Amino acid sequence: MSDEFTGHDPYAINRKLPGADQHFDLVVVGAGPAGLAAALEGAALGASVLLVDEHPVAGAQMGNDVPYWFGGRMTGAVQTKDRMIEQVFMAQPLFEQAMEAGVELQLGVYAWGLWRNHANLAALPEPMLGLADEERSWTVGFKAIVLATGARDLALSFTGWDQPGVMGAQGLHALLTRYDAFAGRRIVILGTGDLAIATARLALGRGLEVAAMIETAAAPVGDLAEMAALKLAGVAVHCGSVLREAQGGIDGVRAAVIAPLGGGEAETIACDTICLAIDMVPAIELLDAAGGRIVTDPARGGHVPQARAGLALPGIFLAGDCAGLGLNEAQAAAEGRAAARRALGHDPDGAPLRPEPVTAVDRLAYREAWLRALVAASDDRVIVCQCEEVSRADLLDVQPPNYLERGEKMRARSLATLLEDGPPDQEQVKRLTRACMGVCQARRCREQVGMLLAMASNLPMAQAPRAGWRAPVRPVALGVLADWAEDQAMKDGWDVWFGIPTQWTPYRDIGTEREEQHRRALGGYMHL
Amino acid sequence: MSSNRGASVIVIGGGVTGLSAAWWLARSGVDVLVLDKGVVGWEASSRNGGGASHYQSPLFDEEQRMWPQMDALLGYPTEFQAERVIIAVTEKQLEHYHYIAGMCGDMGYRVDRIDAQQARQMVPMAGDNCLGGIHLRFGGHANPQRTVQAYAWATQDLGGRIIQHCPALSLTTAGGRVTGVVTPQGELGCDALVVAAGPQIAGLLAPLGIDVPLAAARAEMIVTEPAPLMQWGGVDGNGLYGRQTRRGNLAYGGGPHEWLLTEPGGPAARPSSPLARNLAKRVAEMLPGAAQLKVIRSWSGIIENTPDGRPIIDRLSHPDNVTVATLSGVGFGLSPASGHAIRDLVIDGKVSFTDIDKLALSRFAGLEPDWRARRGWEPLPGAEALRA
Repeated sequence: MSDEFTGHDPYAINRKLPGADQHFDLVVVGAGPAGLAAALEGAALGASVLLVDEHPVAGAQMGNDVPYWFGGRMTGAVQTKDRMIEQVFMAQPLFEQAMEAGVELQLGVYAWGLWRNHANLAALPEPMLGLADEERSWTVGFKAIVLATGARDLALSFTGWDQPGVMGAQGLHALLTRYDAFAGRRIVILGTGDLAIATARLALGRGLEVAAMIETAAAPVGDLAEMAALKLAGVAVHCGSVLREAQGGIDGVRAAVIAPLGGGEAETIACDTICLAIDMVPAIELLDAAGGRIVTDPARGGHVPQARAGLALPGIFLAGDCAGLGLNEAQAAAEGRAAARRALGHDPDGAPLRPEPVTAVDRLAYREAWLRALVAASDDRVIVCQCEEVSRADLLDVQPPNYLERGEKMRARSLATLLEDGPPDQEQVKRLTRACMGVCQARRCREQVGMLLAMASNLPMAQAPRAGWRAPVRPVALGVLADWAEDQAMKDGWDVWFGIPTQWTPYRDIGTEREEQHRRALGGYMHL
Repeated sequence: MSSNRGASVIVIGGGVTGLSAAWWLARSGVDVLVLDKGVVGWEASSRNGGGASHYQSPLFDEEQRMWPQMDALLGYPTEFQAERVIIAVTEKQLEHYHYIAGMCGDMGYRVDRIDAQQARQMVPMAGDNCLGGIHLRFGGHANPQRTVQAYAWATQDLGGRIIQHCPALSLTTAGGRVTGVVTPQGELGCDALVVAAGPQIAGLLAPLGIDVPLAAARAEMIVTEPAPLMQWGGVDGNGLYGRQTRRGNLAYGGGPHEWLLTEPGGPAARPSSPLARNLAKRVAEMLPGAAQLKVIRSWSGIIENTPDGRPIIDRLSHPDNVTVATLSGVGFGLSPASGHAIRDLVIDGKVSFTDIDKLALSRFAGLEPDWRARRGWEPLPGAEALRA
């Protein structure tokens, strides 16, 4: 038997993964303040620089609330991506400056994967980034990469949240400032913190009506002078209140129904948009998929890279909101510049890019107050996961989706019975209930599902479980993701399973002439 | 005699094989305890294609008898669906599938050859490039994640116990028998032991002088958003294994694997790679009607293989109260039967329903020490330095 082995497994991955399609000294993902500054700094230092940004995203992605919670409140203009690229380009004067400085700028390009060799993956010829537009996907290699992927929206559920017109502050900000394609007119904002204030000011500045700002706390949590100015501008501020329901019709939201916390007379506020500006969430997708360490830090925005700004993994650097919230635009830009310098080997021994804050805000406590208020104000049939239509009741009872039968034993199971076997695990609950398994890749529900599980398990929010990200961290169509120019080595060394011929011999034929016949006919290649 | 905290039978490894064994033992009234280093079914048992069609196995007839009853017997949904359709987009594939059809026919399993038109009727997302295929009137597929949890819950419902986050660190022996399992929660006594710990089996049994030759490798899958449901969810071909889930998602794997080092405590990471692009290409070739579907996830799983790729299911002679079970990469579908076989070995010392003599560990007695190197089954250069 032994002499048939050659010391070579033709079906192993060894050397089959090709190198990247393109190479740059520095790749920067995200063209917000931090990423733009990083790209400009890289070019100033003489590096070849690629700056990619996914905006404008295709209308279909927007419809799935990728990457922000757009809430279906974009105009038809977003369906024309070519025109939108021009719009997005013109909206940011620094883009032209970056191109003049020699930066390769790619807009409307999704960064969907980041790979490097680490534990249990040694087959990559080099670290690389996966990119895609609407037509094709490709890979880019780099000496260093700066992730400046920003932050996404924090979504929380309430009655009627699953209709057009309910959206997040990041989605609204993007539609107003980059796309000029917001379809709403009259907004109710949830929250009174810095994000909510900035959202209200932006909306008013664009000539929109801000009907009200809602706050569960007894007083506004943000700057009081700013809040006073907003009131003067006609914004009604309802503290000690909660949103009970988003009422709507065929076009989505028509009114917000609010009520005092703990009960009392409800008030109906006409609006076409309800914007959640309670908090944002650092966009850690790429780093997480690349095996970067993620921790919970209530001050930086929940689940964040353990590494603060700067070096996160060999060759991989972070700057701006994705490394933790709390910077203004100038600070983010400064951090982007510093990260690019570090990435290109300058200032190797410099101080940490972002010092520990003197006073740390507990962002999770504010989120928790909102979650508890919204849960108390709604019944548990509220859908938590829109993609998979999982209600809060089914989530917390760990029940399977409606297309499966729920027998007596199944109905007797719940999160409580699952907790007897160990701490709550979002990945496990996700597999059982399908919450977080949908096409939005759990952008609308992963944080609230984690928080609900923590709440139901009597755990502090800082111990809320987390579901990990895996490539593709943006939904990419099969035909786009496909490597249509696959190497011959991959074609020749492809097998359905492990390519072990003896695995496929029917038991009764083992050691018989028929075994040899099967091996000659099938090789190691098998359909199952 | 069991200690207070132990059990009559301890099963190390809450994967699909260990959990099925525990369920079968609990059904026979045995006091059984399953230990898992993490959450049940966290490794290859839930990271696989969900196939239930390994007709090569001596366990297959029992598997086929059991699967249609499993939801009712377990009390929880497994999403089992019967039959498979395998479609070809090259002449070589078609020829290959036809050979398989003949092989199955010889074994008494019905396979219908289907032409291109029939294939497109049965698989609406297939395209003009489809050349036909075969329809297996047996086999099937189920949801791996639901199934492992169903075994775990059903075991508990019968009085069995499961301790998660409790790795087996070592085994204690006395008088030529294993008497207990050392864990971070202390030593747990047992009268009999089932070792079904996947790649970790080898490290657990080596101190007893038992060599279980296993090599672990990483394999990858991709998952799309839901598509309209096809009548037969168990559609694959074109170098892929996989299925359409009851929800409608397409989940497919295949292609090259990466041989790995085995960590005693389990894998530090289960990374996926740009192989997702090669998988996407094959899915889009096989099902052109699905090309616009968004890929929303990828997985990887770590699977152990024996030198001949066949399971080891064996009650050892020394110590004679230990049963070893590794299914070598074909375990999910066979699980309803593998648990039955393990139950028989533990209780009766002999499998009642089939012959599994050729799955004994002793077949590797004369194995070359460098068997991995001979097969090219070694980790890539540099893997050692990348260990977390």
